[in-house]
Amino acid sequence: MTNPWLIVPLVVPAMTAALLVLVMRRSLFSQRIVSVAATAIQLVVVIGFYIVAGDGEPRIYLLGNWPAPFGIVLVLDRLAATMLLLAGLLAFGVVLAAIDEWDKRGRHFHALFQFQLLGINGAFLTGDLFNLFVFFEVLLIASYGLMLHGGGAHRMKAGFHYIAINLIGSTVFLFAVGTIYSVTGTLNMADLAEKVPQVATGNQALLTAGALLLLTVFSIKSAMVPLHWWLPPAYGSTSPPAAALFAIMSKVGIYSIIRVYTLIFGAGAGPLADVATPWVLPAGILTLALGTIGVLASRRVLDLVCYSLIASMGTLLIAVGLGSAGLAAALYYAVQSTVASAGLFLLGGLLAPEKGSRAAFAWFPQYANVFAGFFFLLAIATIGMPPLAGFFGKLLILDAAREAFIAATVWPAILITSLLLILGFARTGMQIFWNRSPATETSTPRAVPIMPIFVIGAMIATVTALSVFAGPVMADMTATAEQLLSPHRYIAAVLRPIAAANHTGE
Amino acid sequence: MEFLLASGIGALTAAGLYLILLRRTFPVVIGLCFLSYAVNVFLFVMGRLTIDRPPIVGVYAGGYADPLPQALVLTAIVITFGMTALIVVLSLRAFLETGDDGVSLDVRTDEKSPDILRDEVL
Repeated sequence: MTNPWLIVPLVVPAMTAALLVLVMRRSLFSQRIVSVAATAIQLVVVIGFYIVAGDGEPRIYLLGNWPAPFGIVLVLDRLAATMLLLAGLLAFGVVLAAIDEWDKRGRHFHALFQFQLLGINGAFLTGDLFNLFVFFEVLLIASYGLMLHGGGAHRMKAGFHYIAINLIGSTVFLFAVGTIYSVTGTLNMADLAEKVPQVATGNQALLTAGALLLLTVFSIKSAMVPLHWWLPPAYGSTSPPAAALFAIMSKVGIYSIIRVYTLIFGAGAGPLADVATPWVLPAGILTLALGTIGVLASRRVLDLVCYSLIASMGTLLIAVGLGSAGLAAALYYAVQSTVASAGLFLLGGLLAPEKGSRAAFAWFPQYANVFAGFFFLLAIATIGMPPLAGFFGKLLILDAAREAFIAATVWPAILITSLLLILGFARTGMQIFWNRSPATETSTPRAVPIMPIFVIGAMIATVTALSVFAGPVMADMTATAEQLLSPHRYIAAVLRPIAAANHTGE
Repeated sequence: MEFLLASGIGALTAAGLYLILLRRTFPVVIGLCFLSYAVNVFLFVMGRLTIDRPPIVGVYAGGYADPLPQALVLTAIVITFGMTALIVVLSLRAFLETGDDGVSLDVRTDEKSPDILRDEVL
């Protein structure tokens, strides 16, 4: 059954962005109204998707009604719905936070924002490897614009690095796609899942090369060591709402790893089964260690936030690298760490003046208590201390890693880095809130925008809700992981929609 | 023909990689161009080399060339063209704003101030 609703999260941001650029170029006020409304519509739609996808039956939409292996197909399963919901919630928060202050710094913030949403939603929905590349490019080119939004010499330099590394990544992505196509003759993910186990022995090495090239690309996006070094300068020098949205962009990399290495190169891939797992786990441990060292070494708030994001990506990669056992834990941790990182980026933007820009918020005493409370709670969530959701996430990952030989490396890694993260955050918090330097006293007071404060509060409330309702949320995530580990329904829904529909009695 | 294309792809990739590793923005941009040319040719030949065949199944043609790589390579050309235009403009702006075209970030930290709230103003 082809389901036209699936195109809505792509059409709405695309049309909105075009409208904002072409019609509302002059009026920031109307841009804000339309942008918030469009983001709200997307949020409502993806909430509906999440409810619909809960029955475990993948929904598909055939673009141009071309049957699956020949045309492009959009697929909505539980994982896609979860990620879409996360992206929708985060985008709504970020767009509200941006309309007070940050979208005035340059032109076309809202149009770029909508284009970025188009890319993110598309990457989560597509069922085709080349189409995944295209949506990667859409979200990247929008993120280049958002990253440079507001300008400044330092931002330009950091932006050049960011764009160059991602262009190299795109090239590698195309090489990987080419290699995989030359061996299998298809790029539809469901079709690949059927073709990969049947690859002739002589071509297995080529296909493995293609699969690992893909992993390289996804690890650039998800800041996996040794491809993490571009993230702190890029995210640390951009505007806070853009950085908060980029928190979900790293999760697009994780999503792609989960999707490709459970569906195509999963347990059922014959000689190529679990081709990525031996690489992801050690890389995750290294990423976590390096992120933690970065947190300890940070001298600026935004650097601290960037390295804590890298550390949480490391934790997430460990969970993904554990294979089937860690999948549900990985999804739970991904959701909470995205919200916490985004909140930290917004808070960091309020606390620290932006690099190279004169229009910094002056930080002044009457908001100290609010900011300190926010920082404390977000730090707890990021580090993984009880009682917030990060603790449950780490606990679940530790629980998934109980096998003796894995536990010997994973447990110390996660526990020691958590302790060091506490040190790093505590030191930074003390320096900000207990160390009144003359520089902050003499700065000219400006009204702190109320919207970001409200949004950060809402993000903290979300993380709290995730820990209060950890049971039901985890039940959903477990169901999602089970659906990922038995991909035959996904494959049947894409390749044999008529038979699949008859089978369920629709 | 196979040897020519394979060595061409190799030469383009090697040149692109070498240029990317230089420390000025202009060679890096040119290197990215070479890399994208290499990947375009690579995508084009991944559907196997066929000569004098239409990319469509016809009654009168003896066979057909694989149409999908041709579609993919068109998409890839458009995307890399847009990206290249963007990075050219960006490196030009960065050069005009900072006065040098090095790729290093050149962050000068002020060692005298332990205050992490105040930022280095470049």
